[in-house]
Amino acid sequence: MEVRILDEFRTIVGGRGLISSPEELHTYECDGLTNFRVMPRAVLLPNSTQQVQAVVRLCHRERIPFVARGSGTGLSGGALPVENGIVISLARMNGILEVDFPNARVVVEPGVINLDVTGRVAPHEYFYAPDPSSQSICSIGGNVAENSGGAHCLKYGFTTTHVLGLEVVLPDGSLVHLGGKTLDTPGYDLAGVFVGSEGTLGVATKIILRIVKRPECIQTLLAAFPSTNEAGAAVSDIIAAGMLPAAIEMMDDLAIQAAEAAVHANYPNCGGLLLVELDGPVAEVEALMTHVNEICRSNGASEIRKAQSDAERALVWKGRKAAFAAMGRISPNYIVQDGVIPRTALPQVMSEIARLSQETGLRVANVFHAGDGNLHPLVLYDRRIAGQEETAELLSSNILELCIAAGGSITGEHGVGEDKKKMMSKMFAEPDLVTMQRVRCAFDPLQLSNPTKIFPTPRLCGEKPGEYVPRPLESAGIAERY
Amino acid sequence: MDAATKSEASGLHSALRYKFIALVGNEYVRAATAADAVARAQPKLVIEPGTERELAEILRLSNEAGLAVIPRGGGTKLGWGNSPARADLILSTVRMTEIIEHAWADLTVTVEAGCTIQRLQETLGQHGQRLALDPLWPEKATVGGVLSTNDSGALRLRFGALRDLIIGVTIALPDGTLASSGGKVVKNVAGYDLPKLVTGAFGTLGVITRAVFRLHPLPLNSHFFSISTVNAEETQKLVLAVQDSKLAHAFLQSHFSDEKPPASDILFEGTEAGLAAQETQLRVLAAPASVCAASNSSWTARQELWAFSDPASAAIAKISILPTNMARTMKLVAHSAKAQQLRWKALWYATGLGWLRLEGKPGALCAALQALRGELQGQDGSLVAFHRPSKMPAFDAWGTASDALPLMKAVKQQLDPKNTLNAGRFVGGV
Repeated sequence: MEVRILDEFRTIVGGRGLISSPEELHTYECDGLTNFRVMPRAVLLPNSTQQVQAVVRLCHRERIPFVARGSGTGLSGGALPVENGIVISLARMNGILEVDFPNARVVVEPGVINLDVTGRVAPHEYFYAPDPSSQSICSIGGNVAENSGGAHCLKYGFTTTHVLGLEVVLPDGSLVHLGGKTLDTPGYDLAGVFVGSEGTLGVATKIILRIVKRPECIQTLLAAFPSTNEAGAAVSDIIAAGMLPAAIEMMDDLAIQAAEAAVHANYPNCGGLLLVELDGPVAEVEALMTHVNEICRSNGASEIRKAQSDAERALVWKGRKAAFAAMGRISPNYIVQDGVIPRTALPQVMSEIARLSQETGLRVANVFHAGDGNLHPLVLYDRRIAGQEETAELLSSNILELCIAAGGSITGEHGVGEDKKKMMSKMFAEPDLVTMQRVRCAFDPLQLSNPTKIFPTPRLCGEKPGEYVPRPLESAGIAERY
Repeated sequence: MDAATKSEASGLHSALRYKFIALVGNEYVRAATAADAVARAQPKLVIEPGTERELAEILRLSNEAGLAVIPRGGGTKLGWGNSPARADLILSTVRMTEIIEHAWADLTVTVEAGCTIQRLQETLGQHGQRLALDPLWPEKATVGGVLSTNDSGALRLRFGALRDLIIGVTIALPDGTLASSGGKVVKNVAGYDLPKLVTGAFGTLGVITRAVFRLHPLPLNSHFFSISTVNAEETQKLVLAVQDSKLAHAFLQSHFSDEKPPASDILFEGTEAGLAAQETQLRVLAAPASVCAASNSSWTARQELWAFSDPASAAIAKISILPTNMARTMKLVAHSAKAQQLRWKALWYATGLGWLRLEGKPGALCAALQALRGELQGQDGSLVAFHRPSKMPAFDAWGTASDALPLMKAVKQQLDPKNTLNAGRFVGGV
């Protein structure tokens, strides 16, 4: 990157807000998906909306692509830098700006850590509902980009449910306010479009969140089944009985072993473990829990336990939330997959996964948000064995094809990012993708904001006659004109 | 319809009309009548395609020919928004009523845009499920119309608005593209969330042809209660206390008017044991105000606001404020109404959304709405007028647009560059 441009960036963010030495840049060459790596030209750490605007304006003037980054915990390569581009880290913008309990609103900067929102409002018995497993380190800005979910979105919804408004720096550096503190602000629901757009529509600099009152009581039940089939049947019966639990999680034997090895969650040893959490008024929860208990028994649960204290409940969840990382205990390498199926397709998709596992000789551990059909198969392999990584990657993408064939989705919460761009054309038809890209063109006609993500074939936006400017993607020969 | 318009409809576009007939059949292309007028704009033709492919093709042909198209479902809210700048053709979804798939075990439904909410609910009810939404006039309102107008009622407090219930959508764009986004599963982050983009877009970006919704179980039991309070401040205190409590109410709405003291309705759903416990808690919380069992009429409270005696002397506005501004807003309303000699009635949800009816002379209605809008916009709020008497002085339905208006126009430009759909009806002239 030219020195004069680096100097300009330095003038905007100060010496401590600019990282340009190769050894320091290494930290930013990937996110939580470490098999994709690109060195950014520079990393900028602005500390205000004005600085973000100035950085983006400069990028716009010089046609420099940029990628916004929160904590870098994403699992789809969403925060992977792009060639010849810069990274805008929002880590220094980490203030909780307003807490308004009577209206249940909180205004935060994008670098605020997810769990810190709950930490701040917990003394008044409120919480911030979206709870991705990485919630102790992931940022709200990153959650907004990915529309992060978590175990409790079955009842409480996703990040998009809890974002009421956004202050956004558009890719030309202008500032807009989408949504607001009140509901249904007149106009298109562009906040709804922005959340989950994986950093391709601009940079959020302020976020208005909704917080939720903590329920009177929370009860968590663990039920051990012979296999995931019986556990899945129990889930169906719970849903059919008209209940909407706060969370229903399922783990298979391999996932249980790994979680046990990692955090000693004291899970029963079984083929399919179900974790059902109900919350609400005490009398309501107790009545429903009795019913859940009966349903689990009648579906063949050999052991049913209730977490008796907050500490036990926390341990149960710790085991579940540590499940991905725990794979390191039972396998040298693993791929985390994220697919969604209609819940009823679970037995069929599970047996297909088992078949693929047998055919390839690779073990697959399964962790699901069973209530909403979100699967996280973990493909275990050993990189040191020649060919095994390729086999594992193929197996992992075959699982996604199963999800598509079952009428599901290629991602429930991790995002498309860099990782699943190619799968987008299997899930969507060309006109669907073109329409999405037309919306993108309204936000980012020059395609500077995280330009190479989500779409399998980047397309350039229509141009007004007479003002032709070559686009970075076009110059690089990786996009066609549109 | 007068003879001149009729000859224009058949004459001016006769070649095109022939194409329309070839596409959907003679009986589904007809000259528009006075009953088809939209906010004083008189379209020329009404076309009723039978499939989404037909609909997309009609839209494409119209767009090519430069015709202005107004999509129509049940027609219950067609007067909402500003008057169309142009109106040539009504594109009706009246024949597209199929419930394509009720995947009851997965708690989802895929339905065509022209299906009425009531028919949809009846079908879902057969498996003990519902679309957790209470829109206006469900017997006539269609899926497409309710989505386009983002109509939500009291249940929004617990179950969210349409943006939280819709999980997939197919739209026809003016260039004839049929585009789907979202999917059939509740949890899905693949691609942009276009279901949210078209929800509440007033049909200005594309015509919704089908939607997929997440569903909720019908409640095991439900109990309504009503609580009277002496004034708006007390109502506000009660509402905020209930909201800050551990009660798991499904909705909470408050009635205000110039004739009666305020009253609030609260609905609980769940097991008998849970309902009994919550009732006890509610009584403690509301004391000294008394809590009485209420009737099912709470469901139709919003619709009753629209049962005004004379459309020429009534206005209805949807107001959005912070929940803590409710009492203050009610005072403002009472003050403006008094100053302009207007009768008024309002229904307020604990979410901060409210519906206000004003009755009186058109000039006075306009002055009151203007004053209110000015005050509310200063407090992060908004006022959107959904019914205005035809003789009321010019008053934009939406009010001042935010700094995102250029972006909204850019989105419109991308999807509907010739301004074919509902021209000029939406925010900021979109």
